Amino acid sequence: MEKQAVDGARRAFNSGRSRPLQYRKQQLSALLRLIRERQAEIVSALKRDISRSEFDTPIFELIGIENDIKLAERNLADWMAPQPVKKTLLTITDDVYIKAEPLGVVLIIGAWNYPWSLTLRPLVGAIAAGNAAVVKPSEVSKSSASLLKELLPQYLDTEMYPVVTGGVPETQELLKQRFDHIFYTGNSTVGKLVMEAAARHLAPVTLELGGKSPCYIDKDCDIAVACRRITWGKFANCGQTCIAPDYILCHPNIQHRVIEEIRQTLLEFYGEDPKTSPDYGRIINQHHFDRLLALIEGCTVAVGGESDKSQCYITPTILKDVLPHARIMQEEIFGPVLPIVTAGDVNEVIRFINERPKPLALYVFSSNKKVVRRMLNETTSGGVLVNDVMVHYTINALPFGGVGNSGVGRYHGKHTFDQLSHHRACLIKSLAMERLNMARYPPMTPSRLRTSMFFLRSRSGSCDQALRAWAVVSSLLRYSDIIVICFG
Amino acid sequence: MQIIERLRAAFQSGVTAPLQFRLTQLKSLLSLLEDNEPQILEALQKDLAKPKFEAVLSEIDMVVNDLCYTINSLPTWIQPSYVGKNLATKLDDCFVRREPLGVVLIIGAWNYPLQLILAPLIGAIAAGNCAILKPSEISRATERLLAQLIPKYLSQECFAVICGGAEETKSLLENRFDHIFYTGSQAVARSILQAAAVHLTPVTLELGGKCPCLIYGRLDMLAAAKRLVWSKFFNAGQSCVAPDYVLCTPEMREELLPAIAKALSIFYGSQPKQSEDFSRIVTDRHWDRLMALLGKTQGRVVMGGEGSKEDKYFAPTVVVDLDGSDALMQEEIFGPIMPILTIESLEQGITFINQREKPLALYVFSDESQVVNMVLERTSSGGFCSNDGIVHMTLPGLPFGGVGASGMGSYHGRWTFETFSHRRGCMLRGWGLERISMLRYPPYTESNLSWLRWATSAKKKSWGVCSVIELLHFFFAVIYLYTYTEYISI
Repeated sequence: MEKQAVDGARRAFNSGRSRPLQYRKQQLSALLRLIRERQAEIVSALKRDISRSEFDTPIFELIGIENDIKLAERNLADWMAPQPVKKTLLTITDDVYIKAEPLGVVLIIGAWNYPWSLTLRPLVGAIAAGNAAVVKPSEVSKSSASLLKELLPQYLDTEMYPVVTGGVPETQELLKQRFDHIFYTGNSTVGKLVMEAAARHLAPVTLELGGKSPCYIDKDCDIAVACRRITWGKFANCGQTCIAPDYILCHPNIQHRVIEEIRQTLLEFYGEDPKTSPDYGRIINQHHFDRLLALIEGCTVAVGGESDKSQCYITPTILKDVLPHARIMQEEIFGPVLPIVTAGDVNEVIRFINERPKPLALYVFSSNKKVVRRMLNETTSGGVLVNDVMVHYTINALPFGGVGNSGVGRYHGKHTFDQLSHHRACLIKSLAMERLNMARYPPMTPSRLRTSMFFLRSRSGSCDQALRAWAVVSSLLRYSDIIVICFG
Repeated sequence: MQIIERLRAAFQSGVTAPLQFRLTQLKSLLSLLEDNEPQILEALQKDLAKPKFEAVLSEIDMVVNDLCYTINSLPTWIQPSYVGKNLATKLDDCFVRREPLGVVLIIGAWNYPLQLILAPLIGAIAAGNCAILKPSEISRATERLLAQLIPKYLSQECFAVICGGAEETKSLLENRFDHIFYTGSQAVARSILQAAAVHLTPVTLELGGKCPCLIYGRLDMLAAAKRLVWSKFFNAGQSCVAPDYVLCTPEMREELLPAIAKALSIFYGSQPKQSEDFSRIVTDRHWDRLMALLGKTQGRVVMGGEGSKEDKYFAPTVVVDLDGSDALMQEEIFGPIMPILTIESLEQGITFINQREKPLALYVFSDESQVVNMVLERTSSGGFCSNDGIVHMTLPGLPFGGVGASGMGSYHGRWTFETFSHRRGCMLRGWGLERISMLRYPPYTESNLSWLRWATSAKKKSWGVCSVIELLHFFFAVIYLYTYTEYISI
């Protein structure tokens, strides 16, 4: 079944119909219609899957997809056009450019926490780049997976973009097939398996993974606003976001203030009993619920800590004075539990961050420009956001992706188009001006070598003006032997 | 491994980050090449009997050009690039920083032993990384020379050369790197990718394959033959971008063969073995491999075919009357054997190419632009060049790399710098305008949602980062939110 879908997609791609601009725009606008016309059903599916608030879904999932589609529709003709590049003296009369081409059949493996955005945004780029794509939504978000399987064929070319549902065995079967690119969003354990499977066919991959995204609160900052923004980011989608602030680093003197501000904000957001708030979500399934409770064990609970197994509900929880070697600091939390680790100064913070795997996102709250500059210069991460959390995700001009353990490759906006294209280097020459070429042919003489080097050598500095002058001169001399007489 | 730990400590100390350090190292590398040209030429002569001309043009000068280009451009490349924003983030700073990855591994190849290891190194240094070089053990003299010269010119804390064969490479790959850059064969590439998967290490693979050369339509046959012969027999055919085989109609073949013969005699004389401008095969094993291919072919040898094992000379050879199932068509030739296959039409030629793995380079010789365009549109390859061979890879503006089985990633010029950098998306926000931020907080309301959607969605017309209309929208929104919501919150 999996093989059939892949073979069908390859047949569809080989027919060539996914290449023309018209086709790509048509498919993209059909996808846009799907999101707009079926929004109510998508919202319901997410409510069933993860108790997502109906207000969170448009902002967190759908707007990103819509923006990517609109950007592609507006700019696709430009993106597909050849991009001319700098020439050397020897190629001054030739056409030199880079042309974006489709790769072929792309495999897109989605995740369960934002099942629509994380599956459809890569698909937007795959379509824009002229590829066929096999879409494999996560089986953990069941309702969304079956809704996607039902809806996509109603709007898009079924053969070109088949949806394959299923669990681990189906995914493994898919990974045995040959793809021209595999796009995976999920955790690093499976990420390694995907990369290994891709290695067999020498297929390039994009891996959007995760990790522990640190959140540093400097003494010198507006702590109230900082805590409000952090609370929003941490507890949206019940903490199940790859770029959620995973843990807080702050000076022990402000820990108490931070806890109080967050506690206050939680009251404002979700009321006395978050369980009754329509805006607070649930843990996706029993397995993750149990995992999170185990992580809290042994830590000092400052706020929250209650849970209800029947609803997979965990109240917003803050842990204080967490030790660096605690279990909760060894893996990505991916839930509504916020540990606070204290650190004496910025040096300690930077050291702490650098001793750990490179995160997907780094958050810094500080009004001190020096501190901000040090954090930017002395650490690395997929992305970095100062004085807020998560919203860098909404700028599709920024490349979104990890580094090291947090991922390989990047996407969003034009970056997805670039990631799923092959940028082919093209040199279009003519057979004329053969006299000029004589300098490079054997038999070799010192003077021929000198001539060749003259033409091929890079000049110091930018010499576009010199090149332009030479272009004029060379055109005039095109049919003359003056060059040969001078240098031959 | 101790060396790797040492390099990692150096990287973490931040010594490779400043622009000055990177420029100093790059200029030292330039001095290495300028000071040691005779020794380099000697090593290349020992390894491949590389003629001085080829060594200067395709090894030394290529690296020198890339170095000069990089040294001049680096101050620009490392600047953050600012990006467009949406209404909700208008007052923020959004930009992309290029950051070093850490400790990278560069594995070279034997056919251009200097260029294929130093060209990636340029970008690795420019991007602020530490690097381990693993030159090919097959080109022994160059390997030894690099091991001797690199520590003399570059910082020993940050750059190291490790010599050895398959065993040493295997144990090297058990370590964690932040990027692996490999030039070589597909078989080894698979095991490198598998080793990289263990640590989620990104890789660049510069592989090979069979680069087709289509000759079709109206053209100047002698000029085409000269360029074809030059690119095919340069380095005795041992180039990953050498035209591997030729496709043309039977009529064109009749014109092509004498033109090739003429070009060969102009270039190498009647006895190529005596010509100083023709290289040798790198090892006995490869010489045997090429002879065996000639032995197995069903085609007819019309030029060359002879060789002498003592000096690893293999004559420029042309084979005709063979088809796609021939022994010469099963693997990359990587030697001075040129099979010429006949096709009945351009369509047939394109189908033949597309039935095979995507090549590293694709060549078309024709004066008819429709022919060139048709092949360009209907095929895929790492790079494409019409009416010449190889030279597309000398252009610093073009990315050099494969696609599909011919590789992943690209380099040369700025592309090497990008390959060895991490593009970090950065956003710097302020504390103000918290009232706009409040739109996104729970308890959620329908009206907040519609404000937010409007503020964060892409607008129909976009006239650059900050257009007058967008500014007006923005100020209106701010005023409204501050006055109206202030009023209703009492």
